[in-house]
Amino acid sequence: MSDNTDNQGPIWEVFIQSKPGLAHKHVGNLHASDKEMALQNARDLYTRRQEGTCIWVVPFEAITSSTPEDNGSFFEPADDKAYRTPTHYVMPEGAKHI
Amino acid sequence: MEDQKKLEEFQAKIDAEQKIEPKDWMPEDYRKHLQRQISQHAHSEIIGMQPEGNWLLRAPSLRAKVVLLAKIQDEAGHGLYLYSAAETLGKSRTEYLEELRTAKAKYSSIFNYPTLTWADMGAVGWLVDGAAIVNQVSLQRTSYGPYARGMVRICKEESFHQRQGYEIIADMARGSEDQKAMAQDALNRFWWPSIMMFGPHDSDSPNTGNAVKWKIKRETNDELRQKFIDKTVHQAEIIGLTIPDPDLKWNEERGHYDFGEMDWDEFWRVVKGGGPCSSQRLKHYNNAHENGTWVREAARAYAAKQNSKQKVA
Repeated sequence: MSDNTDNQGPIWEVFIQSKPGLAHKHVGNLHASDKEMALQNARDLYTRRQEGTCIWVVPFEAITSSTPEDNGSFFEPADDKAYRTPTHYVMPEGAKHI
Repeated sequence: MEDQKKLEEFQAKIDAEQKIEPKDWMPEDYRKHLQRQISQHAHSEIIGMQPEGNWLLRAPSLRAKVVLLAKIQDEAGHGLYLYSAAETLGKSRTEYLEELRTAKAKYSSIFNYPTLTWADMGAVGWLVDGAAIVNQVSLQRTSYGPYARGMVRICKEESFHQRQGYEIIADMARGSEDQKAMAQDALNRFWWPSIMMFGPHDSDSPNTGNAVKWKIKRETNDELRQKFIDKTVHQAEIIGLTIPDPDLKWNEERGHYDFGEMDWDEFWRVVKGGGPCSSQRLKHYNNAHENGTWVREAARAYAAKQNSKQKVA
């Protein structure tokens, strides 16, 4: 198993903007040894049918993710703040356009 | 105890149709099953380029050639999407590729059959991709998030593959006597291996139990096979070809076609590496990998140089 740890290059996560004005959306990842290669590979792999107007590639290690197991406590601060949504408020009977 | 509780929560999520994501807890067998299934699927896409690559330089027209090339490029892309999904299960791409190279991992047996004539390009697209699509449409609803998302993307791209194959075989079926015979011959050779792509009968399938409970598989081998046959019979009829199964007939009561028994001795022989092209496919793959060594080395050296330049600046 010589050289079995990495003969594919590091992982890059790929984000594609499908139309001007829309947010970049995660589509998957790929391996490449440098950022130009990552960008070209992303074009060849994820936009073979004109799926994009812009591509971001981000080194996998640069992404920090929250942990689903800790979701309860992690997202807890928003749990009791229903007053942040419009339906929390009682409108007078017959009020319109509000 | 802890694991029992986690296992119950896991099953509850599956039952509620929630997707399992890479960082979620999962039973070791679920992980192992997916590592095997997704990587085999990926290997099949990669090896699956070879039977068609065989005809790339002999395609009968420029149109046929660009279409075939686009299709083969898609197969490469599909392999890469699948390796990406498989890697989220905590095993590196290099390890998966090593298993393919050393024949530790399997790929779909169908690619161990030769493609002898241009009509075979029709049969492969129509039947082999057709069968793959039935399986993949079902897998769009598989319980593992990255695999399901990969399948959605693949199905979207795959839809032209079957149509281009059917176009080829339909053209040949209405051509000269020789061409029609070639089309029929391709159907004769690819029919049984295609319907065996769905795997053994449910009663003989060792991996079905947990895979269904965990919703990795949404439909069983036999259900998917029946779906494919029901769809395909009419397609053969309208282009004047005959499916090589004397037992094939419509069953009014079941609302499905009945069909004959497959040759399971042949199936297992090919699965175990005794297919007509088994050793050739793997050898070709390994040669390509070895011939690419200098490219990987050069890419690494270039990246290292860029990195050191950046540090100096």
